[in-house]
Amino acid sequence: MSLLKFDRRTFLKASAASVLATGAAAGGARAAGVTIGIVYVGPRDDFGWNQAHAVAAQALKTIPGVTVVEEENVPETDACAKTMESMVNLDNANIILGTSFGYFAPFMIDLSKKYAKVQFRHAAPLWTPALPKNLGSYFGYLNQAHYVDGVAAGLSTKSNKLGFVAAKPIASVLSNINSFLLGARKTNPSATVQVIFTGDWSLPVREAEATNALVDAGADVITCHVDSPKVVIETAEKRGVKTCGHNASQAPLAPKGFITGAEYKWITIYKGYASDLTAGKTLPNMVSGGYEADMVQNTPFGAGASDAARAAATSAIADLKAKKPIYVGPLKDNKGNLVIAKTYDNLDPYLDKMDYLLEGVQGSTT
Amino acid sequence: MNESAFVIVLVALIGGALRVSTPFMFVALGECLTEKSGRVNLGLEGTLVLGAMTGYAISYKSGSPWLGVLAAGCAGSVLGAMHGYICKLPKVNDIAVGIAMMLFGTGVAFFFGKPYIQPSAPRLGSFSLGAWTGNLEITTALQINPLLLVGIVTGLVMAWAFANTKWGLIVRMTGDSAASARAMGVSVDLVRFLCTTAGGFLAGVGGAFLSLYYPGSWNQGLSSGQGLMAVALVIFARWSPIRCIIAALLFGAAGAIGPALQSVGITQGYYFFNAAPYILTLFIMIASADSKRAARDVPGELSITK
Repeated sequence: MSLLKFDRRTFLKASAASVLATGAAAGGARAAGVTIGIVYVGPRDDFGWNQAHAVAAQALKTIPGVTVVEEENVPETDACAKTMESMVNLDNANIILGTSFGYFAPFMIDLSKKYAKVQFRHAAPLWTPALPKNLGSYFGYLNQAHYVDGVAAGLSTKSNKLGFVAAKPIASVLSNINSFLLGARKTNPSATVQVIFTGDWSLPVREAEATNALVDAGADVITCHVDSPKVVIETAEKRGVKTCGHNASQAPLAPKGFITGAEYKWITIYKGYASDLTAGKTLPNMVSGGYEADMVQNTPFGAGASDAARAAATSAIADLKAKKPIYVGPLKDNKGNLVIAKTYDNLDPYLDKMDYLLEGVQGSTT
Repeated sequence: MNESAFVIVLVALIGGALRVSTPFMFVALGECLTEKSGRVNLGLEGTLVLGAMTGYAISYKSGSPWLGVLAAGCAGSVLGAMHGYICKLPKVNDIAVGIAMMLFGTGVAFFFGKPYIQPSAPRLGSFSLGAWTGNLEITTALQINPLLLVGIVTGLVMAWAFANTKWGLIVRMTGDSAASARAMGVSVDLVRFLCTTAGGFLAGVGGAFLSLYYPGSWNQGLSSGQGLMAVALVIFARWSPIRCIIAALLFGAAGAIGPALQSVGITQGYYFFNAAPYILTLFIMIASADSKRAARDVPGELSITK
């Protein structure tokens, strides 16, 4: 037994040596290419937010010279800092992409100070110029794709009532709901959107209940803004109504009723990071955009989309690429207050602070 | 609220009770059986998640959802048997083991469940109790899965068996006084082992309902604490299988309040309405609190009361 006796000193020496050895080997490899570390809060195949990022990560891997390291199901706690730190130290990541809202403060802020040579980018518009320069934000204006959903949905409804299952009444969710309504109103002026808030990002049973409640109340096109739209789309398909997707492609889940869906196109941003890093350029701190920058897209039309809906949606996409505004003032909220006095550009920061539902949406933010 | 809105909400509440209550019912009945024998198994949340994953995976692999339900029950019994065996060892606290089993069950389910998040498995069917009305809303709301009926029958049989059979008496005696059970020549450990295993089976079947019927897909956030709520429901139901059924139905109906009210245009305060099941539980517990009666109902051997 004495041979197997654990000697702490020998163990420490041996592990220090091996860490140095791997460090040196990987350090040599660093010059050759770019290593990108991506951290997800949920499973990569959730039919939603995480999948949208994972699809882009998969595409990144095909670029020569780019190595991608990923970790999924990382909670928004100290655990994400540990994951990112090990990507920096063990995998020699040049850039860390944190894809969940809660990763930013304090974890990514602290890490960006600790590792000044590594770039940190976070998928929500939280970066401010006061924060470290190797930290930054990126996001897509998904509301533009929801607007296209609305344009198609307006031509797909018979009851003129559209249903929206939403998680929480925060600006990005409200903007998707309002854009969906404006899109629907464009092709169908008598369309209304009924919204049900579930209260959290992932509550499968309540999402199913909300979908059923919307269909019971007469909605015949359902869309959503929750982390994983799988349950909403499948429940709606079971009830025989049409659906528009969110975040990633849910087309396979609704072979009969799927119209189109709002998807991110993260690969545009990720490719930009990879080529800037390879070229040794300084990365931008803030990257954002919608259709005009090729950062969002719509899922290819499903069986639920009529020819008229396809044509209208396609021309709406062309309009957005030409920067035609969605929010054409004056517009009132559903309590009668004038909230949008003039016509705003699609990327206007004023719209990022949205805390109201427009006239035509049945629902409340509180 | 006008009359038609009232009807919509009422129909939604009944529909909610029929759709959502089944997992609560199975877990609560399983826990009721285990606790009647004198042990607390807090691990049923893990059992529920593992049952959901196993049911979905087997249904996908075999093409038969009912085989999935059976497999889910078996996976649940394995976890129950583990709990039962570990708690038999000297100086082991069943609550601590339960928490460990809860983490173990969810961990195993997440680990093996990874490949089954994307594929679509055959689901359980349903039939409607309201088809005779010819009304589409009522027909849809009264869709019932056979497992709900199985749950109700199981509860009734349990209640009858506890009161009228030798087996029921042995379980109750083991739960109320281990010393008397030993004096009667009953193996306390064996009875508790079997009750925990059977309780695990029921909780596993409840999990299969989640993944194979409603909401009907497997993902990692599927249970979101329903197993733990169901364990609490047993205390709420004061260890009566019949009251477990009623509690589960009430809880399911209350869960439908939030979405239903928003769908008829009562949109203010949905956080409050979404909390309705918990508020309701609290109020009924306060209203029905009676120290003497509670003391009579609770199995004397439970470690929380000793």
